[in-house]
Amino acid sequence: MDKKEPDNKRREFLGEGWKLGLAAALGGAALSNLKCTPASGKTETLMTTDGQMVEVDTGQVEEMHHMEPGHNVRKGIPGRKFVMVIDLAKCENALACQRSCNKHHFVTGDNAWLKIYNMQDSPDAPPYWMPTLCMHCDKPACVTVCPVDATFKREDGLVLIDNDRCIGCRFCMAACPYSTRVFNWNEPKQEFEMDIDMVHAMHSPEHAGMPSVKGTVDKCDFCPHQAVKGELPHCVTACPNGVFYFGDKNEDTVTNGDETVRLSELLEKKAGYRLFEDLGTDPSVYYLPPKDRIAPFEEGLESYNEFQSVEKPEEPTAEDAQ
Amino acid sequence: MKTREQLIEDLGPRKFNRGGMVWVGFLLVLIVAGLIAYIDQLIQGQVVTNMRDYVLWGVYISNFVFFVATSFVSAIAVAALRLTNSQWRRPFVRLAEIVSLACIIMAGLTIMIDMARPDRILNLFIHARLQSPITWDVIIIPTFMAVSLLLLYFPLLPDLAILRDHYAKAKPRLRKIYGALALKWQWTEKQLRLQGRSVHLLALMIIPLGLILESIDAYLFSTTYRVGWDSSNFAPYFISGAMVAGLGALISVVYVVRRYRKLTEYITEYHFDKLGKLFNLALLVYVYFNVNEYVIPLFTSKKGESEHLETLLEGEFAPAFWAVTLVGLLLPAILTIFKRYRKPKALFTIAVIVVIGSWWKRYLIVTPTLLHPYLPIQGVPESWRHYFPSMHEWLITSATLAMALLIITLLVRYLPVISIDKLLEDQKAAVQPKTQES
Ligand code: SF4
Ligand code: SF4
Repeated sequence: MDKKEPDNKRREFLGEGWKLGLAAALGGAALSNLKCTPASGKTETLMTTDGQMVEVDTGQVEEMHHMEPGHNVRKGIPGRKFVMVIDLAKCENALACQRSCNKHHFVTGDNAWLKIYNMQDSPDAPPYWMPTLCMHCDKPACVTVCPVDATFKREDGLVLIDNDRCIGCRFCMAACPYSTRVFNWNEPKQEFEMDIDMVHAMHSPEHAGMPSVKGTVDKCDFCPHQAVKGELPHCVTACPNGVFYFGDKNEDTVTNGDETVRLSELLEKKAGYRLFEDLGTDPSVYYLPPKDRIAPFEEGLESYNEFQSVEKPEEPTAEDAQ
Repeated sequence: MKTREQLIEDLGPRKFNRGGMVWVGFLLVLIVAGLIAYIDQLIQGQVVTNMRDYVLWGVYISNFVFFVATSFVSAIAVAALRLTNSQWRRPFVRLAEIVSLACIIMAGLTIMIDMARPDRILNLFIHARLQSPITWDVIIIPTFMAVSLLLLYFPLLPDLAILRDHYAKAKPRLRKIYGALALKWQWTEKQLRLQGRSVHLLALMIIPLGLILESIDAYLFSTTYRVGWDSSNFAPYFISGAMVAGLGALISVVYVVRRYRKLTEYITEYHFDKLGKLFNLALLVYVYFNVNEYVIPLFTSKKGESEHLETLLEGEFAPAFWAVTLVGLLLPAILTIFKRYRKPKALFTIAVIVVIGSWWKRYLIVTPTLLHPYLPIQGVPESWRHYFPSMHEWLITSATLAMALLIITLLVRYLPVISIDKLLEDQKAAVQPKTQES
């Protein structure tokens, strides 16, 4: 019984922490005050949601955020409406976003969640680089067809997956017109620094890929585990060119980490559009056309690999040796 | 004029001869091989298939669609002919019920084989969401299965009673089994009335249920944005295809049973001719729907659509597409117009070809579309741009086909393939037409 005591206190603390994080996000800046809790060296025994006992360094407390997110995981963060803007004029296929996404979501399959397409709209139009991720559609085709509500739409705009419920029918993948969903065809070969039991205990739709579950679907989650900390999605912070702007439609602000701008102004000034608007999926991701590009398209070709989007841990093959 | 004993001898249960044993053995080998492959798939995951993130559905789904289509045969052959009281239906009505039941059972099984987490199957009920076509399937397939089973069972009752009485002395064990199944059937006025009503009701039900079943099957595809699936033509197209597949399967089974059980006196050329005419009608209607599906879109096809049509008409899938369309559909549709090709043997050959064509047809509906997503296929291994089933998929798929055939074989082995009771009734009516009440 007395085990409950510290647990409750922690819950309170986490609740406060979450509000702090939200305050930071409202400022539109990537505050990291919560992240910097130093490792205390002290450990504490805690009970996880499924009743397991785990030893945790008290300095790791912030890692536990999405265990007790302070909001309903299926409803979302109250009052928010997350959106993204991708400026194609700045993209030079640097792939930093993809690498960062793969790393933080432990993507180990053959198909990344964030992909940079080599696009050309018509024969005379010049080619350009186009990053795509889940569009977090407001009329998501994937959610409509899911038979068990494993894929769901939240009030804050996110479309997330409950990997503990998904039956692996792949209907959502057939339905998504943006080909963004990735299936775990086998037991994912992920590696974690933490104890795998702890990873499972912390497992939540709010941090996709942690861990991935065999026979279920994965995709970009718009990083709500970052948002609750007041931080930007991994791709946004990783991009050296500030291609990605992330923000809140209710507040009409988006930021790429360097500059914070009005969403409506940005879309107006740069003629923003959405992908496959005519399908009526109402994506939460906007694109700015590849006008006045910062670098020639060809420079991106160096890093372009048509057949790979997830770098594999060095696995010397016979061909490599030659 | 046949005596009761003769009818039982001809139509009743009969032990397998050598050929029958070999056949069952062959099917069992296929089933065991498929079972092993399936267990391996459970352990390793769907990675043992050649499906990947782009071709996310493969031969399991097309095989499922095939079974669903074939199970439609009871709706046409049984109910439609029963309701219009067509006398020529008699010799193959029961076989149609048997084929239909076997196929709908296998449809239910194959869809589960495609599920990557069959351990979570209960989620389909616990967390069911009505807007998903899969939930509609979860409702309609068991319903159709139950109605199909009853539609086979109720008309069987008098026959089971005949067998019960027949085995009364010689084989007490069989007597017991058939007796239990016959539910104390005694041809009483009340029983007859009740049975007649129930069967009529079931026959009425199976038609809309069949139409709904086929439509839902089409909605699995047409509720997506995919090029080649996103078609409002799809439900009627599937229904019409189901008539073709179902009748093809029925004709094939009827012919084999007729030969194996030497029933040429019961299932005559006249019956094949009638069945052939119905088959011809189904084929012609299906040709019409195919024109709507493949020819008309050529005129206004948008870019994605024309690429899709191109791979079918002249690209990667062209050989299969033309084989299925010309040999599996057009030629049979033309040939069955002529009486000569509605003779038992010719019709059987055509039916088998049509069934094989129907199976591949479903494959061509599922796969090529998935290879033409809206965004180009990039950032994935080269091999993901093509699809051909893996060894595991072939083994498991052949096992499901073998299981369907095994169910049919066993039912034919243990049940009278033509209603003995009805034949006796017909004979009585023929002898004393006046005393027969209407
Ligand atoms: S992009 Fe695809 S997966 Fe993401 S919400 Fe839209 S339909 Fe669903
Ligand atoms: S694969 Fe999973 S998330 Fe996708 S539709 Fe099926 S159950 Fe839903």
